[in-house]
Amino acid sequence: MARDKPDLVYGTLDMLILKSLQHEPRHGLEIADRIRQMSKEILKVEQGSLYPALYRLEAQGWIKGEWDVSENNRKARYYKLTAAGRKQLSAETEHWSRITSGIDLVLSAT
Amino acid sequence: MAELHSWFSRLFGLFRKKNGEAEMAEELRQHLEGLIERHIADGMSPGDARNAALKEFGGVEQIKEAARDERVWLSADQLWQDLRFGVRMLWRNPSFSFLAILCLTLGIGTNAAVLSWIEGILFHPYPLVQYEERMFALTGTTRGAAGFDGLSYPDFLDLQKNSTLIDSFIVDRIMGTTLSIGDRAERATGGIVSANYFDALGVRPILGRGFNPEEGTGRNAHPVTVISYETWQNRYKGDSGIIGKTQYLNGVQHTIIGVAPENFYGTFVGYAFQFWVPTSMQETFDSTGYKLEDRGSRWIEAYVFLKPGVSMQQAQDEITAASKRLEKDFPETNRGHGFQLLPLWKTPFNGAAGILPTLSIALAVVVFVLLIACANVSNLLLVRSLLRRQEMTVRLALGACRGRLVQQLFTEGLILAAIATAGGVAVAHWCRNALVLAFPTPAPGIIINYPGAIDWRVLALSAGVCVLSTLFFAVVPALQASKVDLVGALKTESGGVVGGHGRSRLRSGLVLLQVSLSFVLLAGAGLLLQSLQRIQNASPGFATRDVITAGIDLFSAGYKLDRAKTFKDQLLERVRSLPGIESVAIARVRPFSYSNYSTATIATDGYQAAPDEIPSADYVAVSEGYFATIGVPILSGREFTRNDDENAPPVAIINETLAEKYWPGKDPIGQRLQVKDKWMQVVGVAKLSNYRTKLEAPMPFFYVPMRQNPFVNCCLVIRTRLTPGAMMTALTQEIHALDPNLSPLDTITMQEQIDRMSYNQRLAVTLLAVFGGMALFLAAIGLYAVMSYAVSQGTRELGLRMALGAGAADLLRLVMSRGLILLAGGVVLGAVVALLLTRLMGSLLYQVSPRDPLAFGSAFVILTLVALAACFLPAWRATRIDPVQALRS
Repeated sequence: MARDKPDLVYGTLDMLILKSLQHEPRHGLEIADRIRQMSKEILKVEQGSLYPALYRLEAQGWIKGEWDVSENNRKARYYKLTAAGRKQLSAETEHWSRITSGIDLVLSAT
Repeated sequence: MAELHSWFSRLFGLFRKKNGEAEMAEELRQHLEGLIERHIADGMSPGDARNAALKEFGGVEQIKEAARDERVWLSADQLWQDLRFGVRMLWRNPSFSFLAILCLTLGIGTNAAVLSWIEGILFHPYPLVQYEERMFALTGTTRGAAGFDGLSYPDFLDLQKNSTLIDSFIVDRIMGTTLSIGDRAERATGGIVSANYFDALGVRPILGRGFNPEEGTGRNAHPVTVISYETWQNRYKGDSGIIGKTQYLNGVQHTIIGVAPENFYGTFVGYAFQFWVPTSMQETFDSTGYKLEDRGSRWIEAYVFLKPGVSMQQAQDEITAASKRLEKDFPETNRGHGFQLLPLWKTPFNGAAGILPTLSIALAVVVFVLLIACANVSNLLLVRSLLRRQEMTVRLALGACRGRLVQQLFTEGLILAAIATAGGVAVAHWCRNALVLAFPTPAPGIIINYPGAIDWRVLALSAGVCVLSTLFFAVVPALQASKVDLVGALKTESGGVVGGHGRSRLRSGLVLLQVSLSFVLLAGAGLLLQSLQRIQNASPGFATRDVITAGIDLFSAGYKLDRAKTFKDQLLERVRSLPGIESVAIARVRPFSYSNYSTATIATDGYQAAPDEIPSADYVAVSEGYFATIGVPILSGREFTRNDDENAPPVAIINETLAEKYWPGKDPIGQRLQVKDKWMQVVGVAKLSNYRTKLEAPMPFFYVPMRQNPFVNCCLVIRTRLTPGAMMTALTQEIHALDPNLSPLDTITMQEQIDRMSYNQRLAVTLLAVFGGMALFLAAIGLYAVMSYAVSQGTRELGLRMALGAGAADLLRLVMSRGLILLAGGVVLGAVVALLLTRLMGSLLYQVSPRDPLAFGSAFVILTLVALAACFLPAWRATRIDPVQALRS
């Protein structure tokens, strides 16, 4: 149903989720919104991959979910970046920028 | 670490799974609702909004499924699988499981039992006492002398008055007495305690009350007593109106004011007390006189409770400062005397100090037993992991990761260890009071009490032992098993009988470990056994056979000095004229008894004491004929006679050590000895003998005649060929003829008296023999298992050798030699370790070198015999192999 949407490179969704939580805790819907907004509507996260990723990240101890009430008075599970998650984010960011700069070099070679 | 963490989160996941499902559903529902709301806000109708949201959302169930996959390793699914599979595997192999669990139960059970004894006797001896962690023993010390003595009551009060760091001081002095209820009189053990005793301990009598402050003072003014729960139950049948009734203690009527709670036995490791009286009653219970105002008699055994947050060192500093002041204020009595705080497990005046070395050796031994048991189980698992190679290979080929296989094997090991730990704790529970069996009753009326305690600390340690042993025995085979390589899987493993690769080297290493540990235990047991034998055979310096001793408690029967003297004279006369009696004498205290000798400061004409030295010696008052009767030779001079009485000049007989110290190179006969301001003439020198134990160092000692130094109590020493039983009957008759209310406390040979005091050595030997036997048994199983396995794996090779013409003898030699190489290696290793370790047994060894060749030699012989037996069966089986069958297979 979403053939026209760019597929995320495997493993990058985790990094994007971590990034979206960098400044404040968010619930699932907000995370999806935030990623879409940050990417200027280019990246759209499907719920189908969002939740499995969230549980995976929580199990690894990088984020921590807690029930809270959202601004429109709805119960929601808010995810917060843990210290380990912050470390992981910076590691992945660095790794990513090295890979992309490498790819850039390859593609821009004449 | 990460693996352990994930393992634990899986364990918790087991209990969270249900919860997790519900949370997940709720979270997704909330997300969906959020989307719908957003669409409605954008202007859709509720129905359209819902449809759009659902479409956008995709299948809720699919998401759940995908999410579950991610969560699965957090959940318990895998752990549950492992557990179920593990139990199934163990069930399918009952003989393996049984053997493994048996080995581990022995290993963990002995550890739990010894831990419970250490906990119950040394670290947590008074479970009903509040703030036990702030309780310390307080003892007296003498400068320049090893060991500890008591405190005097005035010193005790001064310390108490001037202390700022200590919450409370309590007096606790053990004493034996005669308890009379109605016309039934029995020996009983009780404590003379300060009035604050029960309040300071935080032990509330279940009936009545503890002592009031004023009851601690006033000479003999407060004949009140608190009885133990057991006394109340056994002697008073739990009479609920017991308070206010009276009982006779040492012939004095005491009012019962309280009943202590159940399981409160006082504060004396080793004995259970039956009653308590306040310090004011001291004179009633002490045949050596009134001491509450005498700064020179140090009889108090004391405990203190430190204030919260105060360390033992701080309190000790304060007490040391106080003792310096006392030395200055009362030089006559206190010069050279100090006080020392000790943790409860070092308490010198009760059973704690005596049993400490034994329990520490027992702990070391059971750790060895556990190691041997673990090595055994490890070996069994290694063998089984080979049998399960097929299964492992299939699982690897189907995509299981190696970590998962390790987890599976680890879980199986943990199941084994957990079952064994449960069994082990049960074993410890049965054994918790077993130590009492090793202790003879040291005197009538004493209830021996060495309870083990299984509390959370023991349980936690046992669980720790379980996990550690699992790590020890399960992980190595597990890692080995996970190294299975897929390519080699098709090849069948064909281990050789000779040599071998990594895995069989590992197994051999484990057997080597077992053999060497067993050797250490056997050598240790041999040393202790030999030392016990030497102790048994060593002469104490007096006759042990044909000498019977009997005590009569005249003091608690209310005798005073005059009446006691008449009684003793008559008794000596009567016993002397009995048939079969060679001679008879009386002593205030017999050798090797629990009662203390008297101690006195002494001086002589010629001896110049060092500035810090306070010359003193122990002594005992004895009747005429004592030396001839008990068989201590008089080296020069004479023995006491009837004429050494109150009208004759004071005399004394000294022992060799005292003579050498104070009159070196001179003849002491005719010299003067000053004992507590009284000059005595030395009339004889007695040969050195043992006075308290056979292990004591030679010490200066002297004897004074009974008629010049009268005492109330009476201990008979009789040289006779009669048996103790016959003597008892005859003696009881004679005593009854003089006073129908009296009877002998006990009538035993001197040998029995000595045995009563050497229980620590015997306990150590018993423990080491039991545990050493277990270790030997386990090691034999290990050796047998490895050898049989090597033979069963090497069938092909053995068959080939047979086909090529090797005879049965050759094969036997081949297999046996492999076992014997292991044995030799283990013995060498064990001997080295044993040489290092047995030196630590010093205090329990008596005239035996820690590297005694006999002990090491017998350990070698026993181990060799057991190993030969363990190897022979598999070797013999090897000779029965049918070469045709073996080569075909």
